Amino acid sequence: MALTNRSKTVTVRELTWSEKLYLPAIFKGMMITFSHLFKRTPTIKYPDVKREIAPVYRGQHVLKRDEAGAERCTACGLCAVACPAEAITMESAERKKGEENLYREEKYASIYEINMLRCIFCGLCEEACPKEAIFLTDRIVPSSFTRGEEVFGKDKLVETTESPIDVTLRQRPEVLEFKKDKRHYHNRTFKDAKPRINKHH
Amino acid sequence: MAKVTIDGISVEVPDGTTILQAARMIGGDIVPPTMCYHSKLKTSGGYCRTCIVKVTKGSEKDPRPMPKPVASCRTTVMDGMEVQNLTSPDLLEARAGVVEFLLINHPLDCPVCDQAGECDLQNLAYENGKAGTRYEFPRREFERIDIGDKIQLHMNRCILCYRCVKTADQVTDGRVHGVINRGDVAEISTYITNAIDNDFSGNMIDVCPVGALTDKTFRFKSRVWYTKPMDAHCKCTKCSGKVRLWYKGEEVLRVTGRRDQFGEVTDWICNECRFEKKKTSDWTIEGPAHIDRDSVISANHYESLKALKADIDRQRKALPHGDKVTLGHGALDPNNQ
Repeated sequence: MALTNRSKTVTVRELTWSEKLYLPAIFKGMMITFSHLFKRTPTIKYPDVKREIAPVYRGQHVLKRDEAGAERCTACGLCAVACPAEAITMESAERKKGEENLYREEKYASIYEINMLRCIFCGLCEEACPKEAIFLTDRIVPSSFTRGEEVFGKDKLVETTESPIDVTLRQRPEVLEFKKDKRHYHNRTFKDAKPRINKHH
Repeated sequence: MAKVTIDGISVEVPDGTTILQAARMIGGDIVPPTMCYHSKLKTSGGYCRTCIVKVTKGSEKDPRPMPKPVASCRTTVMDGMEVQNLTSPDLLEARAGVVEFLLINHPLDCPVCDQAGECDLQNLAYENGKAGTRYEFPRREFERIDIGDKIQLHMNRCILCYRCVKTADQVTDGRVHGVINRGDVAEISTYITNAIDNDFSGNMIDVCPVGALTDKTFRFKSRVWYTKPMDAHCKCTKCSGKVRLWYKGEEVLRVTGRRDQFGEVTDWICNECRFEKKKTSDWTIEGPAHIDRDSVISANHYESLKALKADIDRQRKALPHGDKVTLGHGALDPNNQ
């Protein structure tokens, strides 16, 4: 019995003489192939050439350091709470004496992992972050051969002091207007009275 | 017996009851918030002023209103007294001022603090405070002090509620813990970091409304909202053995005393139960603990608050001269929190 009334009976038709030659069909196919030699190619040769991206593009995350080079993240866990894909996990540790130049607060993330396969790049972690530590950048997450490689740890997420990651592209006036209620007084120390904001701002 | 009316709700209470206790008998949202008052500690209360209420009618015999807001934890009721808490915009403005003062020296390091998520001051600031601070000067800063090997004192966060001092005084014997200095330089001290080795010293962690006294065995292990509270008990020769276990997965991260609906500890527990027994096999599990009022763990905690505030706003508009009331700063605007 047919499940639907849209089923179609297929019959094998006997080929005509010209079709049995195959040559016209081969010629026709080669014509299509050759015609493409003279058309503009849509392929972009990444990474030599990079596609123009939207200013609001959200790519691979970065954990920023402050002006002194100390990690901003304090492992408060708000990004993990905000994450709808549950891609973020972390473990916290206590800063020891002498590590003040490495970590800004007395608590820091000893392990910070984002599973890039789970991440949906919604940017809620950036919005939730009270310490202005995590940002989504315009970088594309590189592909890999195994799933394990797609779990990014601190080695891949934290920026190095030598090559800071620019996060200004997304911090457009509209985004800053949206964030204006997040007045982060606590991210300011009184030793340097100027507000602690990103170097690139 | 005395009849007292709080926010339009009347209740008959015995003579000598405080306004706060009367409000707690009524229950619900009209209960003033408290920081320093603790029902199990004698002579507690009267320091923080967060529980202030407006007395619009002193009593049946003397109906004059009280000239200033009074601390409800220290003021006893009179027959025929009429009290305003949520229904008085002036009072809510005054309470917002109290919160601002409490937060003057309190560091805004909730992302770091272990208490965040079950912090009385955090809740108070969310519910009664203002979104921003006007304070531009350096806050008090102290070195962290270890009180014994299990308790850490971080004076930066202390709001000087004296609850831990009362605990040390009333629950433990051989008091070695108090407040030294006065005014702006006052601090909790153990007289040159004398270790407190008393079986019940851990209770000061539970009574601390902020993150000044924290459990070193739980330090930075997990945020509070990732842990699951379970009520459990054991046979303990020193204390009642009734505790609350905080689980993360299969692991007991922390043991605390049980709290009532106002966030106040009901049973003191000993240090052995608190710090040593961290295996499920040490305990008889009773079931999941119900966290009602004092924590972000309870679902939609701040959502229900928004609804309440919207309701208060509606009530306020109905008040006479309501249009003249300027609360300013958007302090109670639910969209501004």
